[in-house]
Amino acid sequence: MNAGDPMSLNVHEIQKHFPGLNQQVHGHRLVYLDSAATTQKPVAVMEAVDSVYRQDCANVHRGVHTLSERATARFEGVRKVVAGFLGISDSREVIFTRGVTESMNLLANTLCHLDSGFQPGDEILISSLDHHANIVPWQLISEKMGTVLKVIPCDDAGELILSDLDQWISEKTRVVSVGHVSNAIGTVNDIDTIFAEARKVGAITILDAAQSAPHMSISPKEIDCDFLTFSGHKTYGPTGAGVLWGKKELLDRMPPWQGGGDMIRTVSFEESSFAETPWKFEAGTPDIAAVIGLGAALEFLDSMGRDKVCSHETRLLQKIESALKSMDGVNVVGEPSLRACCVSFTLDGVHPHDAATIMDQNGVAIRAGHHCAMPLMKRLGLPATIRASVGMHNDEADVEALLESVEAVREIFA
Amino acid sequence: MSSMRELYQEMIIDHSRSPRNHKKLDHPDLSARGHNPLCGDEIDLEVKRGEDGVLSEIGFEATACAICTASASILTETLKGKSEEDARAIFHRFHSTVTGEVEDPYPSELMKLEVFTGVKDYPSRVKCATLAWHTLIQALDENNGEASTE
Ligand SMILES: Cc1ncc(COP(=O)(O)O)c(C=O)c1O
Repeated sequence: MNAGDPMSLNVHEIQKHFPGLNQQVHGHRLVYLDSAATTQKPVAVMEAVDSVYRQDCANVHRGVHTLSERATARFEGVRKVVAGFLGISDSREVIFTRGVTESMNLLANTLCHLDSGFQPGDEILISSLDHHANIVPWQLISEKMGTVLKVIPCDDAGELILSDLDQWISEKTRVVSVGHVSNAIGTVNDIDTIFAEARKVGAITILDAAQSAPHMSISPKEIDCDFLTFSGHKTYGPTGAGVLWGKKELLDRMPPWQGGGDMIRTVSFEESSFAETPWKFEAGTPDIAAVIGLGAALEFLDSMGRDKVCSHETRLLQKIESALKSMDGVNVVGEPSLRACCVSFTLDGVHPHDAATIMDQNGVAIRAGHHCAMPLMKRLGLPATIRASVGMHNDEADVEALLESVEAVREIFA
Repeated sequence: MSSMRELYQEMIIDHSRSPRNHKKLDHPDLSARGHNPLCGDEIDLEVKRGEDGVLSEIGFEATACAICTASASILTETLKGKSEEDARAIFHRFHSTVTGEVEDPYPSELMKLEVFTGVKDYPSRVKCATLAWHTLIQALDENNGEASTE
């Protein structure tokens, strides 16, 4: 990378923020290419979490003592950081969840009772590129409510087929929930087209931004959706905290999901009244330190310049893709016109799981498997793929190491 | 890389490329399906019993990694003609070796199983080596069932 160019990332400097990268695995420099599963954490995040437990260890929203006030201020402060990250003005639209999985379960279980509720025969639309987190919650709720789950198909290139969307979106469609970027093969979906069609019939629109939040600017205003969710641990934050953003007027009308402490105004054994949005959706003691760590992570990501991160990663992905394509016996899976997050591939005559073990022996951490997208794997006729996913700290040397480890696999299986 | 050569010995590569008894049996007496959700390995295993109850023929079909496929292939050779009791005993012996609980060398008639001993250093791969075996035991236990490494 050209370190002198103000428009490009100084990756060498960035790497210093990630102590986890500075280690040997099986006698080789660690090459971490599994950020899509979870990202490495920068020092700023670790320090934020550490300081919560060292200085501000108290529960939130329920004490007048100093530590509780500090913890509450820091916790609530993160709502504003998230609002800034998403480019929205009202931080009460930010709900803390454990991540995308919990957000989707919250949405499925509350939207089904919004206004007149889901009726048997109503439809929910997802996509064939989606992660299980955007499939199973809707399946479960459909079993309960009698709604019908519809799926936008994809072509051999791994792109959603949007030419006949009207076949999938009709007056019966209540919810359209799709992933922004495929964690399995890296397709960036044309969500503008999908959501525009959804709005025409008044369907609720939900974006799974798990794999776009760490890589590109995402603004619900520009995207024009009703809900958007991402997981903190994939955006350089700790595990245990994620975000669900929703339009306030919708959130206000939605019933609570889980009941308990923190989400109520008054409780008697006859009935309870609920706190306001967003607290109504945050029952029980949250993962306070993880939320505060998430705030530090988003500030860190912003400070690097998200556009720069995006173009740096895009360049790396292009390098990986074209290098893999030039190797014999290597098959890149999917050929999306817009790619982020990862490149998925297979090797002739080698099962991805065997490849992963050998690559790990070379210090290269990649993921082999179905990537929680079993329906997509089935569509592509593959039991599994090898996935190399990038983060802001990856560089050309990592790409070289990846390619060398692929060669090592081929030698063993030659 | 030498440790990788040890894990992926010639015999494993050979059996994974040309698995023995990779076929459906006519009129099997027992069958089971094994599945490893972590890596997506899937195996269908069938057994024919002889008149004296021995496992007279074992066949399998698998979509699986090299270690899993080779292990299934070598299983079919190793257990052919064995009684159910012997088969269970060999399973226990194999299982305790690949999990590192037992370090004694195999008796000479089980020497082929030695190629999987290296797996004990790769905990995430132990399930690959044992899937076919679990599936066989499942078939014996239930006559028909689904085995899982979970
Ligand atoms: C596209 C996508 N959606 C949802 C999820 C689920 O995220 P989490 O496990 O953090 O809830 C993932 C994680 O792999 C993902 O990649």
